[in-house]
Amino acid sequence: MDKRLFVIARDDWSLHRKGEIDQERHKRKVKEAIRENLADLVSEESIIMPQGDKVIKVPIRSLDEPKFRYNTQDKPQVGQGQGGTQVGDIIGRAGEGDAAGPGKGREAGDQPGADYYEAELTIDELAELVFEDLKLPKLKPKAAPDLTVEDVRFEDVRKQGMISNVDKKRTLFEAIKRQALSGGLPGAAGAAAWLESGDDYGGYDADAGSGNAGAVPAPGTNDLAGTAARLGLTLGLHSAESAGYIPDSGASVPVLGPIIGDDLRFKTWEDIRKPQSSAVVLAMMDTSGSMGSFEKYVARSFFFWMVRFLRTKYENVQIRFLSHCTEAKEVDEDSFFRKGESGGTKCSSVYELALAILDADYPPGQFNAYAFHFSDGDNLDSDNPVTVKLAGDLLEKVNMLGYGEIRQHIYGSKRLWESLASLNSPAFVQAILKEKEDVFKTLKAFFGDEVAAS
Amino acid sequence: MIDQEAEQLEEAAERLTELALENGLDFFPMRYQVCPAEVLYSIGAYGMPTRFTHWSFGKAYQRMKTEYDHGLSKIYELVINSDPCYAFLLDSNTLLQNKLIVAHVLGHSDFFKNNAMFAGTDRQMVERMAVFADRIERFSHEYGSDEVEAFLDAGIAIQEHVDPFVRFGRAEGFREADGGVKDVIGYIAGHSRYLEEWQREILYMLRAEMLYFWPQMETKIMNEGWASYWHLKLVRELDLSDSEIVEFAKMNAGVIQPSPGRINPYYLGLMMLRHIEKKEGLKALFEIRETESDVSFIRNYLTKELAEEMDLFVFKQEERVYKVTAKDVAEIKDNLIRSRTNGGFPYLTVKDDDLHGRGELLLDNRYEGLELDRKYVERTLPLVHRLWGRNVHLRTVVDGQEKTYVYDGKQLAG
Repeated sequence: MDKRLFVIARDDWSLHRKGEIDQERHKRKVKEAIRENLADLVSEESIIMPQGDKVIKVPIRSLDEPKFRYNTQDKPQVGQGQGGTQVGDIIGRAGEGDAAGPGKGREAGDQPGADYYEAELTIDELAELVFEDLKLPKLKPKAAPDLTVEDVRFEDVRKQGMISNVDKKRTLFEAIKRQALSGGLPGAAGAAAWLESGDDYGGYDADAGSGNAGAVPAPGTNDLAGTAARLGLTLGLHSAESAGYIPDSGASVPVLGPIIGDDLRFKTWEDIRKPQSSAVVLAMMDTSGSMGSFEKYVARSFFFWMVRFLRTKYENVQIRFLSHCTEAKEVDEDSFFRKGESGGTKCSSVYELALAILDADYPPGQFNAYAFHFSDGDNLDSDNPVTVKLAGDLLEKVNMLGYGEIRQHIYGSKRLWESLASLNSPAFVQAILKEKEDVFKTLKAFFGDEVAAS
Repeated sequence: MIDQEAEQLEEAAERLTELALENGLDFFPMRYQVCPAEVLYSIGAYGMPTRFTHWSFGKAYQRMKTEYDHGLSKIYELVINSDPCYAFLLDSNTLLQNKLIVAHVLGHSDFFKNNAMFAGTDRQMVERMAVFADRIERFSHEYGSDEVEAFLDAGIAIQEHVDPFVRFGRAEGFREADGGVKDVIGYIAGHSRYLEEWQREILYMLRAEMLYFWPQMETKIMNEGWASYWHLKLVRELDLSDSEIVEFAKMNAGVIQPSPGRINPYYLGLMMLRHIEKKEGLKALFEIRETESDVSFIRNYLTKELAEEMDLFVFKQEERVYKVTAKDVAEIKDNLIRSRTNGGFPYLTVKDDDLHGRGELLLDNRYEGLELDRKYVERTLPLVHRLWGRNVHLRTVVDGQEKTYVYDGKQLAG
């Protein structure tokens, strides 16, 4: 038999990483899309109650590839039974959010119908995105150095690692070094080991075939894996900073190659702990009868993210929970997030308590102090001047005082808001929250860069 | 794979190749590539090992790979229409599995080489796509990868709107009776006054790739049926041990297994071919594999008898359930044919490129009983606008009435 009729090849495919690379690109796009929807997600009701590492599904429209499609919903399709199927038989149920039909198996995902792409992420992953730009503003060095911030530093270079952490420069360098040592690098440029020549594939690309003098096809490259590997490699090269390897134009594409597994170098990081100043954060919430379910929800949702953010980013930051109606009291975290109160409102009470706590437990030389107060602004008129006075006192002891007023309707009382506005201190930040989506905005206002810079 | 197994695979491939020749198969020289799962799945996701990079392929790869990792699905065979013909074997397959795949892809290779739909395809597409990928990579470097990616997004949105007749040497395709041009992507590439040269080039590349893939979409049922028919026939002629026969039966059952909610092309194609063989003999099969596409195959050869034997039916979603609505062969055929017509994509043509004398583009959707999904019109028309640079109109039918959507760069009307 004519032997040329078939060949069985076992090439080295270790450089065929296109799938992984584009997968990363896709993941990054998912993240970008989520980031654009953070305001919605942050105030998502199902997230606020702490339930561990629950996975949430996030609908993302942009990551499905738009095409003109038929609307096949409710349209007849052809199926196939095990025998004896009759008209009127029910063959399946429409699943939640799955318009693909009753069929199972890998093709279901290809079917048109689902009009959005659903990304899954854990609350931790979401938190990471939410917290990306947040920090405790105006943090000053203080005596008690028990507040550390976690950071990573890319320092070490190893031969093993994640492909996303490939150190392209060093990998190239290793490949050049190895090939130079083995005498495999012709020419002085040191980059083009062989050219994208027409030889490899029977000369399809006439342009490329023209200047291939000195081409040295490496073993195993005269085949599919080689071509594929070259592509993967070209991809890596182009994003590398070493512009010298990238031809601008010309008849041929000089490519360094092949890079073998042994050349790969990965960046790896080490955790570093930076000593930071210590801090206390006072979470102050109005729980009076005038705070409706929406107002309480918004306030708690802010505090939920604040607590999570502080515990994720800072070690040993202390959080004290204060709730108030006409009287203020310190409560434990669980009660703060769950229990409701009723009765009238005297906002001054919580400022008074805040001052007392700072005086008793947090000497100003040793702690950065922060206070965040949320209310619907419906305060006793007679209490407003007192509140402003105490808030002013508090401002002398804290790095920042944030006041969030949850006001759904334009006709709500603005008197507390206006009174506090007279404080006129750079350490005082006010925010109005009209809808759930404003929680994210307020997080950024209180813990964002703008504040830190001011 | 241990050496001894490699040797056995070599022997089996030789024997299967001989058997295929004896049985009259006429295939391209075969290049079997033994590779790991990641490679197989990335080729599956891209459709070709040398194709350009795009996040959507990464998404497909992730899905396929995850399903494989969780044991939900497995690609057994992957074969490329090229001369020589590349076929990929998973390095974790058993020897018997690989034997079956070798037999199966010999069927595919014969089909690629002889079916009329494939006659105009570029058999050097492996290398051509590598060149495309290089060009796109170079554009990314020159114009910015975000810019190129955004442009690819727009091109990919209309890539299915090609005229398959272009591949038979008619550069402009056939003109429709009503004067429309089916080659929408080619038309835009050639006539948009807005595109830069590199952008035109990308559209032409996408078009060339789609023209290459198109016959595979037109002949899925036939092609898989033909390959299944031959793997059964050829493997049975091998000397298999008892345990191999059992494994073979299991694997074969897995591949051609019918599934309730959808049509398994392997099964449908195989059943139809066998039915024809019984009535008209093997010679008739060879003729059919040369001349038919899925649409004509179903129209000409799906009989009442077969539909009953396979328990085919028409079903529809009603409320929250899927309900069987018909068992009539004519209705089954109509629906199957409709789902296979034009690769399953809406039929669009360019009707006017200077609407209102202002250089606006009018696309026409030939209504064939299925309406367009409005949500997708909303998202796709802006991408066409990105390619055309001026107002784009899409004429179609909604609720029995002619309707024209217009996108003016800011919002969709209609």
